[in-house]
Amino acid sequence: MVPLSYYLVLSGILFACGVTGFLIKRNIITIFMSIELMLNGVNLSFVAFAAHWHALAGQVFVFFVMVVAAAEAAVGLAIIIAVYRTRETLNVDQVNLLKL
Amino acid sequence: MTPNLNLWLIPILPLAGAAINGFFGKKSSRTAVSTIALVFCGAAFFWALSVAWRFSSLPEIPHQEYLAHWIRSGSFTADFAFYLDPLSLVMLLVVTGVGFLIHIYSVGYMWDDPGYYRFFSYLNLFMFFMLTLVLANNYLVMFIGWEGVGLASYLLIGFWFTKDSAASAGKKAFIVNRIGDFGFLIGLFLLIKHFGSLNFTQVFEGVPRLTPGAGTETLLTTVGILLMIGACGKSAQIPLYVWLPDAMEGPTPVSALIHAATMVTAGVYMVARSHVIFERAPIALTVVAIIGTLTALFAATIGITQTDIKKVLAYSTVSQLGYMFMACGVGAFSAGIFHLMTHAFFKGLLFLGAGSVIHAVGGEQDMRKMGGLKSYIPVTAATMGIATLAIAGIWPFAGFFSKDEILWKAYQANWVYWLIGLITAFITSFYMFRLLFMTFWGDYHGIQVDAHGRVHAAHGDNGHGHGEPHESPMVMLVPLMILAVLSLVGGWVGIGNRFEHFLAPVFGSGEVAEAGKEAATNFTEYLLMGVSVLVAALGAILAWVLYVSKPYLPQKIADGFGSFYGAVLNKYYVDELYAALFVKPLVDGSTRILWQGVDRKVIDDSINDAADGARHVSDNVRHMQSGNLRSYAGWIAAGSAVVIAYMIWLGVGR
Repeated sequence: MVPLSYYLVLSGILFACGVTGFLIKRNIITIFMSIELMLNGVNLSFVAFAAHWHALAGQVFVFFVMVVAAAEAAVGLAIIIAVYRTRETLNVDQVNLLKL
Repeated sequence: MTPNLNLWLIPILPLAGAAINGFFGKKSSRTAVSTIALVFCGAAFFWALSVAWRFSSLPEIPHQEYLAHWIRSGSFTADFAFYLDPLSLVMLLVVTGVGFLIHIYSVGYMWDDPGYYRFFSYLNLFMFFMLTLVLANNYLVMFIGWEGVGLASYLLIGFWFTKDSAASAGKKAFIVNRIGDFGFLIGLFLLIKHFGSLNFTQVFEGVPRLTPGAGTETLLTTVGILLMIGACGKSAQIPLYVWLPDAMEGPTPVSALIHAATMVTAGVYMVARSHVIFERAPIALTVVAIIGTLTALFAATIGITQTDIKKVLAYSTVSQLGYMFMACGVGAFSAGIFHLMTHAFFKGLLFLGAGSVIHAVGGEQDMRKMGGLKSYIPVTAATMGIATLAIAGIWPFAGFFSKDEILWKAYQANWVYWLIGLITAFITSFYMFRLLFMTFWGDYHGIQVDAHGRVHAAHGDNGHGHGEPHESPMVMLVPLMILAVLSLVGGWVGIGNRFEHFLAPVFGSGEVAEAGKEAATNFTEYLLMGVSVLVAALGAILAWVLYVSKPYLPQKIADGFGSFYGAVLNKYYVDELYAALFVKPLVDGSTRILWQGVDRKVIDDSINDAADGARHVSDNVRHMQSGNLRSYAGWIAAGSAVVIAYMIWLGVGR
C-alpha cells in the first residue's frame, strides 16, 4: 500500500505547480489551468485522507470541488471568450482598464 | 412646627442680581445696573434683618432649613441646607449690612469706570458666595462658598486686568489661597473618614463621643491644623498672608468689602464654627494662637513703613486678623467674632475713606503726596478719624471693646500673648495715626490740575480730572457716615458681656461661666484696659510728634535703623524669599524638567517618532500595493507558505 505521505507530497507538488503557474504565466488560459491544477492538488489530498481515515466526507468534498470547478470553468471560459472578442488578446497584463 | 424663614432667599437674591447684570448689564444704563445691584443686595439685607427679627422666636437653635439634596452616596449625604445660629446670624448681618453699604458707595466710586456692570455683577456674585459660606449647614456647602469667594476675589482683584500688576495680583491671591484650600480639603476628607459626614450637627455631635485617648487627640489635632491651614490662606495669616497686600490692586470698594470686612474673616468664622474640634485639640489651638499673635505683630511692623495708603490698611487688616486668630487660639471664640464684627465696621470705613481720599486727589495712593486734606474733604477726614480712633482702641469706640476683650482673654491664657498683643496695639495706634496725620494734616503735597489725567492713567484707580482735592458725592459719604456711627456704637453691644451671652448657644456656656469669677479679677481687667488705652494714646502722640510737629524726624530715625528699616520697608523680603524658595524652583522645574524635559523630550518626541516611524514603514510598504493582481497572489502564497512553515516548525498535530 502506498503510504499517505506520498499522496500528500504529490498533492503539495501539484499545488505548488499551480501557484507557480498562476504567478508567472501571462496567458489567461494557462492561469486558468493553473487554478484547476491547484484545485486538483487539493482534491488529491482530500481523497488521500478520506481513504486513510476511511471517512467519506473527504470524498464528498471532492465532488463539491469538482462541481464548483466545472461551474467556474464554464463561467470563466465564457468571460475569456468575451474578453478575447473585445480586446483581441489573452495577455492579462494588457487587460488593465481598471488600473490607475 | 419650626417656622420656615426661607433662608435660601438671602444668598439667591444677590446671585440673581449678578446674573441679570452679568448677562444684560453691558447694554443697560449705569442707573439700571446700579439699581439692580442695589435692589438685590438690599433685599438680601432686609431679608437678613427680618430673619434677625424673628430669630428670638425660633423654637430651636441651631435652626436648620433644607433646600435641596445634592450628594447622596451610600451613608454620606451633603445637602443644600442652611444653618442659622447666633454665629451665622452675626455674620449674616455683617456681610449683608456692610456689603450693602459698600454697594451704595461703589455706585459713586465706580461711576466713571467702563466696566461698571461687570463690577456690580462680580460684587453681587461675591455676596452670593459669602452668604452661602456663612449659611451652610455642612462643610461641603461651606467649601462652595469658600471657593466662590476666592473666585470673586480673583475676579475683582484683577478687575483692571489690562494692568499687569493687577492681573498678577489676582493670580497670586488665587494661587496662595489654593495652598490653604488644599489643607482645608484634606481636613474635610479626614472628617468624612472618621465621622462619615460633613454636616455640622453630625460632626459636632460626633466629636464628644470619640473615646478620649492619644488616637483621638492626634486625629482632632490633625484636622484642626489642616482646617487652620485653610483659614490661614483665606484670612491671610503667616505664612500665607502675602496675597492680601497685593490684593490692593483691586478697586478700593473691593478692598473694603472682600479684603477687609468679609471674605478675609471667613477663616476666623470657619475656625470659630469648628470650635468643637479645636476645643478638643489643644495643640491645634496653640498653633492658631501663636500664628495669630505673630501675624498681628509682624504685619503691624510692616504697616509702619508703608507709604501707599491702601497698603498700610492692608497690613493693618492682616494684623487685625491676627488678633482674631489669637482670640480663637486662646479659646475666646466669641471675642474673636466680636472683633471680626467691629473690624468689619471700622476697617470697611477706613478703606472706603481711603477710597474717598484717592478719589479726591485724582487716583494718587502715595501718602507722601497727600497731606492737609482735612480742609478739603472734611467729612472723609472726620469719618476716617473716627475709624482710626476705633482701630486704635480708644474708649468708647468699637475697637476698644473688642480688642480689650481679646487682650483680656489672652492675658488669662498666657501673658506672652497679651504682651505681644499690647505691643501690636501700640504699633497699630501709631501707624493708623501716622496715616491720618500724613493724609489730613500738614500741607498738601499733591499734584494740581493738569496732571490728573496722567495720575489717573498711571494708577488706574478712579478719579476725575478736577483741580483741587474735592469731597466725594453724597452717595459715597452716606455709607461713610453710617459706618462711622457703627464704628462708634458697634462695640457697645459687648458691654457687660452681652455679645458673649448672645453667642453662648454656639460656643457653650463654659466661657460665660467665667463671668462669675470676674468680680474677683475685675481690678486686673480694668487695669489692663487702662494700660491698653494708655498704649494706644502713646502711639497716637508718637505719631503726632513724628508726623505733625517734627516731620523731619522720621527720616532720621529710619536712617538710624539702617538696614533693619530697609528690611521692614521691603516687607522683610518675604515675597523675595518665597520667590526664591518656592516660585523660582517651581518655575525652573516646570520649565526645565516638565516642559523641556518631559513634555518636549518624552511626550512630543515619542509622538513625533511614532509618526515618523509610521511614515517610514508605510513609505517602504506602499510599494507592495502595486495594483498588480499577481503580485498580490504571490504575497498571499508567500504568506501562507510562511504560516504553514511556522506550523510545521511548531509541530501542530503531532
